[in-house]
Amino acid sequence: MTDEIEMTLAKYIAEKILKQPKRVISSEDRLISSGLIDSFHLVDLALFVEETFRVRMDDTELNAQTFDNLAALAAIIRARQTPQ
Amino acid sequence: MTTFFQRLRELYENSPDQTVLHWMDARQPEHPISYRELIHGAAGYASALQDAGVQPGEVVVLILQHSEALVYSFFGAILHGAIPAIMPFLTEKLAPEAYRRSLKSLFAVTAPAAVVTYPEFLSEVQAAISSGGPVRKVLLSTEIGPRAEPDFSAMRGRERAPEDVVLLQHSSGTTGLQKGVALSHAAVFRQLDTYAEAIRLGSGDTIVSWLPLYHDMGLIAGFILPVLRGIPLVLMSPFDWVRAPYKLFQAVSRHRGTLTWLPNFAFNFCAQKIRNRDLEGVDLSSWRAVINCSEPMHYKSHVMFLERFRAQSLKPEAMATCYAMAENVFAVTQGGIDAPLTVDAVSQRGLLVDRIARPAADREAAMNMLSCGRPLANVEVKIVDDSRRELPARHLGEVMLRSDCMLTGYYRRPDLTEKAFLDGWFLTGDLGYLAEGEVYITGRKKDLIIVGGKNVYPQDLESLASDVPGVHPGRVVAFGVFSEELGTEEVMMVAEMEAGEIPQIEMEETAQRLSEEIRRRVTQGSDIALRQVRIVPQGWLLKTSSGKIARGANREKFLSEENG
Repeated sequence: MTDEIEMTLAKYIAEKILKQPKRVISSEDRLISSGLIDSFHLVDLALFVEETFRVRMDDTELNAQTFDNLAALAAIIRARQTPQ
Repeated sequence: MTTFFQRLRELYENSPDQTVLHWMDARQPEHPISYRELIHGAAGYASALQDAGVQPGEVVVLILQHSEALVYSFFGAILHGAIPAIMPFLTEKLAPEAYRRSLKSLFAVTAPAAVVTYPEFLSEVQAAISSGGPVRKVLLSTEIGPRAEPDFSAMRGRERAPEDVVLLQHSSGTTGLQKGVALSHAAVFRQLDTYAEAIRLGSGDTIVSWLPLYHDMGLIAGFILPVLRGIPLVLMSPFDWVRAPYKLFQAVSRHRGTLTWLPNFAFNFCAQKIRNRDLEGVDLSSWRAVINCSEPMHYKSHVMFLERFRAQSLKPEAMATCYAMAENVFAVTQGGIDAPLTVDAVSQRGLLVDRIARPAADREAAMNMLSCGRPLANVEVKIVDDSRRELPARHLGEVMLRSDCMLTGYYRRPDLTEKAFLDGWFLTGDLGYLAEGEVYITGRKKDLIIVGGKNVYPQDLESLASDVPGVHPGRVVAFGVFSEELGTEEVMMVAEMEAGEIPQIEMEETAQRLSEEIRRRVTQGSDIALRQVRIVPQGWLLKTSSGKIARGANREKFLSEENG
C-alpha cells in the first residue's frame, strides 16, 4: 500500500479501533460489511477523518454502501480535499 | 382491567388528532403521526392478518427494521388479537446462514402463524420455513396500506381478555430466541400504572428515545408507555443514533424532552463522541430524568455525562437509575426521581472478599455503587444465599422478586418457566444487595454478557468458534470484561488449539490465523465484535469436576495472566 491516506486510515483502524497494532489492513479488505468496524466505531472513524483530513463526513454516509474498504474511503476524502 | 384493544380504541375515538409520535429518520424530514394515522396504519395490518386466516391468540413475527411499518404492524397484530413478536433485525454484517439458523430456532419454539417482512427478505424467511411447519403466511409490508374508517366492532382484538397474552419479547441470539417472554395485557397495564407513578409521569412530559423496539427498555419505556398513556414520544432509530448521537440531544432541545432511558454505555458514548459544533444552541434544561437502565451501571459514566453536557444546562438531579427485566414487563425499581440518586461508598474488600457491602471506613479502598432505587409499589425484592435463604441487609446474594406484573411464562417453554420460579418468587440470576430499602446490583450469577445493553449468551459465541478448523471443539470460552472507557463489557475469547503436528516455528502464525478466523466467524454469526481472542495450547482451560469448561474460573485465569 503506497497511498498515504490509506496508510493513515489503516494505522488508525488497527491501533485505535481494533486495538491490534500489528493487524494489516489492505486496500480492498471489507471494513463494514465484514464487521471489522462495528457500528459503535463508525462515528470514531468519521471524527478521525474530519480532524485528520479536514473534510466533512455526513452520518448518513457511514454505511457499507458509501464505503466498505480503504480505497473507497480514501477516494471520498481525496475528492473532498480537492478545491472545486 | 382493560386491554390494549380497548385503550387504542379510546385513544382513537377521544383524541384522533393528538400527536402520538414524532418520527425521526435520517433519510427524511421529521414528521408527526397522530392517533388517527396510527390506528389507520394498524388497521391495514389487522385486516391483512384477518384475510390471511391468522387467528386471535396466534403469534405473528415481525422482521422489519425500525420503521413506521414496524409500528403499524405491531399494533395491527394487536387490533386483530394476534400476538406480535419483534425479531431483532438482520444487520449487514451478519452472515445469511447464521440468520437463517436464528430464524429457524425462533420459528421452532414460537410456532408463529405468520411473518411480516420486506420483499428483500422474503427468500431468506422462506428458506427458514419448513413445509408442514406452523408458518402459514408471509406478508409483505410493502403490500399493506392504511385503512381509513376502521370498524372496531369487526376487529377480533375485542375478543381478547386482560389475562390473555398480548406480546412476546425475545433477546437476540440462538439462545435468546428460544426464550420468548409472554406478557399479558393485565401485566403490562399494571406495570405502566405503577411505573408511571414511580416516575411521576404527567401531561407535561415528552419522552425522547432512540432505543430498539425489540428490547424491553425500548418497547415498554420508549414505545408502549407513551403510546398507551397519551404522552408525546419523539422516536429515532438506533441505527441513526449510533452514527449521529448528537441528534438525541438536538431532539430533546427542540421538543423540550423530559424523559429518556439509556443503557450505561450510552452515557460514555455520548460524552465522548459528539462534536461541539453539533451542540450549538442545544438546551437540555427540560430533561428531568435521564434514566440509566438495562446493563450494569457505573457512577463514573454519570460523572462523565454530567461534565460533558453541563454547558448545555443539563441538571445534575436529572440523573436517574432503574433496574428492569422483560420478565417483570420492565421496571423492578426506580431511583433518582423525587430525591437525588444514592451513591453508596462501600468497602472494596468487604464487597469482593467478605461479600458484605459495608460502608468504607476511613482510608479504606471504596467502590461507589449506584443505587437502582426502591422497588416499585407492586414489586417485592429479596436477596437470598445459595440455599435460597433470605439474607439481611447489605449481604450479597441473588436477587429474587415477586410482583403482580410478571410474565405469563416463557412462550411454549413450561420447563423454563418452572425453573425460573421458586414458591412464587422469580429468580433473576442477578447478584446484589439491599441497603436502606434500596436495591444495588453488583453482577450476575449466570454467565450472561451484556454489551451495550444487549444480552449475549457466551455459549452462542463458543459454538461459532468451535466450528473453526484447528480449534479444539468445545474447548472455547467467551466472557465479558468491563471497560471503564466504554462503560460496558467487551467480549474476550480463549480457545484451545487442536493438538496436532504443528511445528513450534509455525505456532505463532497458526495462532494468528486461528484468531482471525474466530473473529470473522463470530462477528458474522452473532453480530458481536470480539475485543480479544487468545489462542492457547491444549490443556490451558480449567474444567469443573464434572468435566465442563468453567467460564468464571477461566476468566479469572485470563485476567490474572493479562495483568501480569
